[in-house]
Formats: sequence, C-alpha cells, structure tokens
Amino acid sequence: MEITTANPTFKLELTSSPHVHSRWSTKQAMWFVVLALIPALISAVIFFGPYQLLIILTSVLFCAATEFAVKKIRKRKITVDDGSAIITGLLLGLILPPNFSLSSTAIGAVFAIAIGKEIFGGLGYNIFNPALIGRAFLQAAFPVAITTWTQPSYAVDTVTSATPLAAFKFDKVVTSIEPMFLGNVGGSLGETSALAILIGGIFLIIIGVVNYRIPLAMILGMILFAGIFWIIDPVKYPNPLFQLFAGGFLFGTFFMATDWVTSPITSKGMWVFGFGIALLVFLIRVFGGLPEGVMYAILIMNSIVPIINRYTRPRIFGEAK
Amino acid sequence: MSKQKSMWYEFYKGIWEINPTFKQILGTCPTLAVTVSVMNGIAMALATTFVLVFSSLFISMVRKLIPNQVRIAAYIVIIAAFVTVADLVMKAKFPELSKALGPFVPLIVVNCIILGRAEAFASKNSPLRSFLDALGNGAGFLLALVVMGGIREIIGSRTFLGYQVMPNGFEPWLIMILPAGAFLTFGLLMGFSNAYLERKKRIEQQQKILQYRKSENELKEAEA
Repeated sequence: MEITTANPTFKLELTSSPHVHSRWSTKQAMWFVVLALIPALISAVIFFGPYQLLIILTSVLFCAATEFAVKKIRKRKITVDDGSAIITGLLLGLILPPNFSLSSTAIGAVFAIAIGKEIFGGLGYNIFNPALIGRAFLQAAFPVAITTWTQPSYAVDTVTSATPLAAFKFDKVVTSIEPMFLGNVGGSLGETSALAILIGGIFLIIIGVVNYRIPLAMILGMILFAGIFWIIDPVKYPNPLFQLFAGGFLFGTFFMATDWVTSPITSKGMWVFGFGIALLVFLIRVFGGLPEGVMYAILIMNSIVPIINRYTRPRIFGEAK
Repeated sequence: MSKQKSMWYEFYKGIWEINPTFKQILGTCPTLAVTVSVMNGIAMALATTFVLVFSSLFISMVRKLIPNQVRIAAYIVIIAAFVTVADLVMKAKFPELSKALGPFVPLIVVNCIILGRAEAFASKNSPLRSFLDALGNGAGFLLALVVMGGIREIIGSRTFLGYQVMPNGFEPWLIMILPAGAFLTFGLLMGFSNAYLERKKRIEQQQKILQYRKSENELKEAEA
C-alpha cells in the first residue's frame, strides 16, 4: 500500500516489518562466505597436501545430500541451492584435523545437518552452529582420531608434532608468531593460517556480509584477558598475540561466531556475545583440561543468545524506562 | 468407566499406548543411565517390573485401608519393601549385574513409574486390574530399555548382548556409551514414535472424513 504525495520523491510506504533490508540476499551472502573461505582452503592444501581436498569435498557433499534427503522426507521445499548446507560442509571440513578418515567426516557432516540444523526446522531456526555441532559430535565419538595432528609439509621447527596450544599446555613451549601467522604449524585444516583467515574475514566485513562487532569484541576481549594475565606472570601465561593466532580462535572469530542465525541481533548483544566467547576461550585454554576451547565457547554462547537478545533490546522510541 | 475396558486392554495399553518411557516420560533417570548395554537394560527393567507388579498388587489390596492424607508415605513403605527384596536377591544371585547397575537398583524406590502407577491406577482399581496394568507397564519399560540399550550397544561398542554384530572395520562411536549418546538416542526415539503416531492419527481422521462424505452422498442419492 502506498500513499503518494504531490511530490513523488516523498513516498510513505506502509508495509509490515521488517523495514530494514540488507544489501545482499541470503543466497548472495552465502556465496560470498564461500568465496571468503577460499584462502583458508588454499592454505590447507599448501600446508597439509591435496588429500585434504577430499575431506572437505566429502564434508560438503554429505552436508548437501543430507539437507536434500531431510527436506525430501519431510516433503518441504528443497533449499540446497541457498548455499547454507555447502557452507556448513566447508566449515566442518576446515575444522577437522589433517588426514582425518573420510567415513568419519561423512558421519560428522550428516550429524551436523540432520541434528544440528534440520531437526530445529532448517535454516534460521537452529540454536547452535551446525558445523560446530558436527565437530563436537566427532570429538565425542572419535576422541583419539580427532586429536591426531599431522605435521605440515614445510615443518621448520621441532614443536610441530603438536598444535601450538597443546605444546604450550603440556610442555610450556611457546611457538613463535611467524609460522603461526603463515600457518606452518600443526592444527585443523583451515585454522592454522592466520593470514588466509584474515584475508577472508576482512573481505566479509568490508562487503558488509559480516558485522564487525563480534570479531572486534572477541579480539579485544582476548587481548584484554590474556594481557592482564600475561602482565601478572609472563612465564606461566602466554602473550596475547600467541593466544590470538593459536588454534581456531581467528577462524572461529570470523566464520563461526558471526553466523547470522546463531548470534545476537542487537549491537549491544553482539559486544556481549564476543566478549563472552573470548572470556570462555581464555578460561578453557588456561584453566581447563583441554588445550583448545573455541568450539565449546561458541556453542555455550550460542545457547544463551536468546537471553542476550532479550536483555539488550534497544528502547523503542517513546517507550518509558 | 474402567469397567468397560477389557482385561486385555489393561495389560496391552502399557506397552505402546501409554508406554512409561516414551509416552508418560517417567523413569527417565534409569533409562538414560543404565542403557549402556542391553543386558543392563534387561536387568534393570526386570527388577523394576518385579517391584512394580507386587507393589501395585499390594497397594490395590489395601487401598481402602489407607487414609488419603498419608497415602504417599504408605505407598513408599510398600515399594521400599519390595525394592529391598529385589536388591538383596540381585546382590546374592547376580553380583556382577548388581555392581554394574550400582545405586540404580535401590533408587527404584523413587522411580516415578511405580509411584505413578500406584497413584494413578492401583489406588483406584481392583487388584487383578492393577496387577495387569503393572505387568503391561513393566513390559513397556522393558521394551524401551531393550531398544535403547540395543542401539547404544551396537553403535557404541559393536556388540549386542555381548556378541559382536558389527564388523571390525566399523569404528565404535564412543559418544553412544556416554551420557550425551543416551540423551540423543532417547530424544530421537521419542521424536520418531511421536511422528509415527501423529501420522497414524492423521490418516485415520482422513478416512473418517471420507467415510462421512460417502454416507452423505449415499443419503442424497437415496433422497433423490
């Protein structure tokens, strides 16, 4: 319904919400994310060999097939072409360890889509990040296989048999920043190269697919929490830069925590969400039993997103306090 | 009202229609905790059924003697007596099973299935009906635990009742013998059984509508 005044440039449109529209459609945005993941994909192939492409391919194929099958069984519209299942597959593949078995990858992919997403009703209804659900399931189902880290092909120093975080946690060895920045360390496929992740992540922020608040809050939070403890005791606690570049923190920051469905919708909520993840990651890494905690930190914060949304709701114009 | 229902129905309903695990969602604590293997599930279900049957029978027999205000306390005393019997028998005859089930046998005292059947059925019905009702519910509980235990044992440790059924190439999913696997299996089974029942109901309704229309048409034709 439109009310047109004498001056046609002033148009009062009466429509139901939502009133704010994004520049990109969901489909376009999804393909931009796929594009942004290509640097991480290349780094995985460079450092761990072409076999890793098979893992990622398996993961993508089984995610898409599961989505197709579930929609078919439930007699719903087939939505594989919106790209969300493909992104889940890519993300899941990139957070698996190098040379992971293909059959286990397939199980994880099926689980991620069927239990992580479709059981809640499909895209937009899932509480948790599906890729992380798949990874968490694999971690619980095959705990040995998923913590077996292969050395990268261009290994230069001696600590590469373990991930930098495991090396620090169990042997108190701090890996130097340079190999961690380039990605020449042990770790999950797409997580090792900070450079590749930063290229993809900053691309997403610039074109406006991902909001800058969550990544910024996570990085600032991590520098803050790690910095405080590093100043107190630089021997016992690693420096903030190490904490940023080690493990899956950057990958989680740009590609996992910023998932539109499972992150808060208010600006204030995004800051709370980001700081919360950074705090949990830091606590798990430094005081917990596991060397890495990005996955669990994001999943835990995912579960309280509805509460964050509720309490950070901006005041409606004119509403009494 | 209860007199209209047949004795067979009193037994049969507990297995599927009001299955204690999947329909009443009672006794989930032992369901989730002991179904790591089928054997544990069977033992737990049999112990629970024994207590359920005898406590229902006795509560039904003395239901008119118990003052309403203290009925729960009276039920618990009766249930506790039978749980003690079950616990001691298991300890004496099957020490290994008793060890595997741990505290869950004594905890049958507070199992909601037993108190639930006592409160909802045995305190209002004759001993024979209560006995059949308890037997049916026990059978339903046994069915649920065997299905749950079967799924978790086959996937989680490749065996069924201790015999290997999955090939060696199959890597067991450790998660299935952890608590998370119990919740997953339980939720999925409950979802599937509900989906199945809903579908059945919908089909029945459609058939009724069709029948109604058919008879309507026949009436019209007769009038014409």
